[in-house]
Amino acid sequence: MPGLLQLAMLVVGRDLKLALRHWDQAIQPLIFFVVVTTLFPLAISPELAELRRISAGVVWVAAMLASLLALESLFRTDVEDGTMEQWTLAGQPLSLMLLSKTITHWLLAGLPIVLMSPIVGTALGMPQSAWGALAGSLALGTGCLSVLGAIGTALTVAVRRGNVLLALLVLPLEMPVLIFGARAVDLSMHGEPVAGPLNLLAAMLLLFLSLGPFAMASAMRISVEN
Amino acid sequence: MWLWFHKLSSPPYAYRIAGMLRPWLLWPALLLMAVAAYGGLVLSPPDYQQKDAFRIIYVHVPSASLSLMVYVAMAIAAAVGVIWRIKLAHAFAAACAPMGAWFTVLTLATGSIYGKPMWGTWWEWDPRLTSELIQLFLYLGYMALRSSFDETQRADRASAILAIVGVVNVPIVKYSVVWWNSLHQGPSISKLDSPSIDSSMLWPLLLMMLAFVLYFAAVMCDRIRTEILKRERNASWLIENVTES
Repeated sequence: MPGLLQLAMLVVGRDLKLALRHWDQAIQPLIFFVVVTTLFPLAISPELAELRRISAGVVWVAAMLASLLALESLFRTDVEDGTMEQWTLAGQPLSLMLLSKTITHWLLAGLPIVLMSPIVGTALGMPQSAWGALAGSLALGTGCLSVLGAIGTALTVAVRRGNVLLALLVLPLEMPVLIFGARAVDLSMHGEPVAGPLNLLAAMLLLFLSLGPFAMASAMRISVEN
Repeated sequence: MWLWFHKLSSPPYAYRIAGMLRPWLLWPALLLMAVAAYGGLVLSPPDYQQKDAFRIIYVHVPSASLSLMVYVAMAIAAAVGVIWRIKLAHAFAAACAPMGAWFTVLTLATGSIYGKPMWGTWWEWDPRLTSELIQLFLYLGYMALRSSFDETQRADRASAILAIVGVVNVPIVKYSVVWWNSLHQGPSISKLDSPSIDSSMLWPLLLMMLAFVLYFAAVMCDRIRTEILKRERNASWLIENVTES
């Protein structure tokens, strides 16, 4: 019987290894993130002054959509080839294993976006002083998005054409994250303290991390039973 | 108490009780609605600032509070259904969702009708309007998830989890939207907050709220009976019941 931490590491390691073998698929969310942020200057205006006003929101919405896009593949292959069914029978805590998968999702779809965000932000006219708030809010916020998204994915994984449904379920739940995240970036661009929204994001992340895995596990049990 | 609870969770009993309760809820609801409408539209004086336009609150406020109340009731029913595996609780939650969505739509519609003369615009990104809109999305997501499963039991349990997750999130959504808005724009919020309300305007409002709750309960009786009929269509008690009458 492996210990709990060891179990989590095993799951994370396995998923990372699988992802790296298809690294061209794993970077798709990141490319999507960059492409979506490119749409806004094309649609609105090439003037940096104008883009600067909406840059916080643009980066945040793009990150949210990229995270959503990456959710599709989070559980699907494991459910289809029966791995997930084995996991539900394995006698190991399913909530922990699903949480580990969610952490991998964040490492693959959240962390690259966090690292890329200063570049994208600069391209949209964001001052360098806002980089910290941007990366910080995205790091906390994409964590929240991953957990909420994983709950939604566990619910919809057995449903045909579940990805539109997934967006419909998850996006309303994610709106507070967007509000606080974009707000933090906006505040720091105006040189104001950002501790408030960041603290709220961190609180939400803790709440979701502590309660989310149980919702994921019970949703997954419903999805795989037949 | 527990015995009654267990009895109520049996479909035939609940079917009968709901049928018996319905007239006792519906007629008082309609009566109270008529009285409250008379009180609100005729007896209470026009507001000194908003003139007669404020009278829409007699529909707006009760439906707004019900749109939230129904969601909480739905989530509680869903939790009961998951924890004690009571099918009827799931049926209750399923019957709740469209009602709640309609109350939310009604709130949004009356809110924007009120907004046009008051704020000069149909839609304002007011925190209450916005959070009500998000509430509507939550209802729509719940109903979409429910309809995407073929088996009733799986649909019940999956949507129950969504309802529970949603109800944890509702306060966060509320406060985040209020906070978001208070930083972006000030004035429009205070327009809805009348400092105090005269008793001649208040009693019809409270009466109307009670009438809405009773009306909701009455319609729920019908909806839950329909839901039981759908779920128990092959049950022997139902077939006996139908052949008898």
